[in-house]
Amino acid sequence: MIENLIEIILFQAGYNVSLVLFGATILGFVAGMAGVFIFLQKRALVCDALAHATLPGIAIAFLVMTFLGGTGRSLIGLLFGAALTAALGLYCIDLINRYTRLSEDVAIGAILSVFFGAGVVLLTYIQTLSFGGVAGLESFLFGAVAGMLLEDAYILVIGSGFCLMILLLLQRPLTLISFDRVYAHSLRLNIRFYDLSLMMLIMGITVIGLKIAGLILIVALLIIPTVAARFWSDNIGFILWASAIIGGLSGFMGAALSALLPDMPTGPIIVLICFIFFLLSFLFAPFRGVLAQFMKQRQFQEKVHRRQGLLALGHNEKIYDGLTLKILSREGYLRKDGMATPLGQSAAGKALLEEKRWQIFRQMSVHNSNVKGFDELEDIANFLTSDELNQIDIIIDKQNRVI
Amino acid sequence: MVIAAQQKFEVATISGQNIAHIKRGQAALSVRGLSVSYGEAPVLFSVDVDFPKEQMCAIIGPNGAGKSTLIKAVLGIVPKLSGDVMLHGQRIGKNNKNIAYVPQRASIDWDFPVTVKDVVEMGLYQKVGLLGRLSTKTHRSKVYECLDHVGMADFMDRQIGQLSGGQQQRVFLARSLAQDADVYLLDEPFAGVDAATEKAIVQVLQRLKQKKKTVIAVHHDLASVDQYFDHVTLLNTRLIASDQTDEAFTNENLHHAYGGALSLTQLDGYKQPS
Repeated sequence: MIENLIEIILFQAGYNVSLVLFGATILGFVAGMAGVFIFLQKRALVCDALAHATLPGIAIAFLVMTFLGGTGRSLIGLLFGAALTAALGLYCIDLINRYTRLSEDVAIGAILSVFFGAGVVLLTYIQTLSFGGVAGLESFLFGAVAGMLLEDAYILVIGSGFCLMILLLLQRPLTLISFDRVYAHSLRLNIRFYDLSLMMLIMGITVIGLKIAGLILIVALLIIPTVAARFWSDNIGFILWASAIIGGLSGFMGAALSALLPDMPTGPIIVLICFIFFLLSFLFAPFRGVLAQFMKQRQFQEKVHRRQGLLALGHNEKIYDGLTLKILSREGYLRKDGMATPLGQSAAGKALLEEKRWQIFRQMSVHNSNVKGFDELEDIANFLTSDELNQIDIIIDKQNRVI
Repeated sequence: MVIAAQQKFEVATISGQNIAHIKRGQAALSVRGLSVSYGEAPVLFSVDVDFPKEQMCAIIGPNGAGKSTLIKAVLGIVPKLSGDVMLHGQRIGKNNKNIAYVPQRASIDWDFPVTVKDVVEMGLYQKVGLLGRLSTKTHRSKVYECLDHVGMADFMDRQIGQLSGGQQQRVFLARSLAQDADVYLLDEPFAGVDAATEKAIVQVLQRLKQKKKTVIAVHHDLASVDQYFDHVTLLNTRLIASDQTDEAFTNENLHHAYGGALSLTQLDGYKQPS
């Protein structure tokens, strides 16, 4: 088994499989990147509705194609039908939003269930018909790499590649619009065009990914890589590429494992791999991961003790707390007999000044609700512009002179 | 419809007062017959204003008077029922690159993963377009320079959620500076901002005026109008007055604008009609 897996991963397992692997990687890559904009605009639910709304389209396309004398297996035809009903679903959501007073999540939930239900009914009906090979349609629910034809693989690769190019091209305006819509408008950006383009892109990714990940789970490939990437950085550029890479790797490994185990649907495997990436990020990302937060707690405790200790030194108070004494002497502020070293004295003076500055800052910014990130155990100069710091020091100066 | 006005004088009277008669083509921003409504209630009705070049102009009025709406309608952010707008003598739309907007801070998602530098770079979008390189020396130094003007050069790599309210406002001002526009529209730039930031922002705006730019700001604090602004426009759905501060900023006009909303004692400190 392992040898087979290695063969697959190294693109040695045949042209067909390798092409599918390549396509799945690109799909995951572009889905990861596009998902960032969905995440930032908080539109994940719409994507799920879009995916579920493809089902009736697939069924109808099958019926139409069979009716017209074909086998009903042409992937292009089926995907075209999928795209049609998905677009219809999106349009209905828009109608409900505009002409009724229902909230958006209600509209989305309604469309999702109605379209999906209709699709299931149609699918069941198709099963009762006498032409076989209907199991092929069910593979669109959860994705099936096994049994993909060469032409299917070409569609996958070319379609994903095309979506990727468009996404890279529109990256900048999409970021601008996601961040500050009103400002983007003032720059004369055509907001409607970019909104539509993003939705078309998502539709393209969803429809192309139907065969690989299936309509029920494709939304996970859009969301989870972004969320995982978010743990690693605050920089949008980094997040876009990190999310793309995580998506790409998930697509790659998911498709590889699925080729190894042809009875297992591909979608769930891809999603589970995405989840593993998420778990690793959640636990181990520096600064934002859970482990990092735990370590920050210890650091925080040390900071509190250091500050309290220095303040006590500055006020000439005796220190009794064991951890405080340990920290102060470790950093060279305290002598063995409990008296402050010259270094300790200047550090104590600094601590007293910082306390005063933070106190004045707090008084001044009573109406300023956005200062949650300001760590009052750090030097205030790290958080203020030079003119802001100057103002505070002027006030301190005045207070000192009064004394 | 007025097309590229060259030497047109416009003198109109509203409740016996003359509004400033600047030739339309010479105004920084000129608005005629602007009307906007949300649904059925009019928010702005038939507003005519000429904002003079190279001055600090304030737009004041009570809540819901349409001050923000005026700015947004000028920029095309909200649709207008009627009216035309001219920027430096030309119909707005073609040369929108010459006007920069600093919106109210309220609607931003502060968890958005962008740094201070990223935000200011957004102001360069009109210059670099979809694919232009932002990393060139010119653009990098432009970003640094704009941040330096507002005192935020040391904060370039900080995520915007880690800043105080006043610091965030400075960053958005820096973003508009990067556009190198001739006219700056600011929506309540001093709202919820600490004293140091207010001082810093005023300095930047005054420097803009020295560089022959025009500043138009929706302002909420009546006490500082005659201290900061050369020109004032009073609005309450309709235009009340629009002129140099010592002409327009009178008790009578304030009463028209604010109705009973201001007590006489509040108005006492302001200029008497000449």
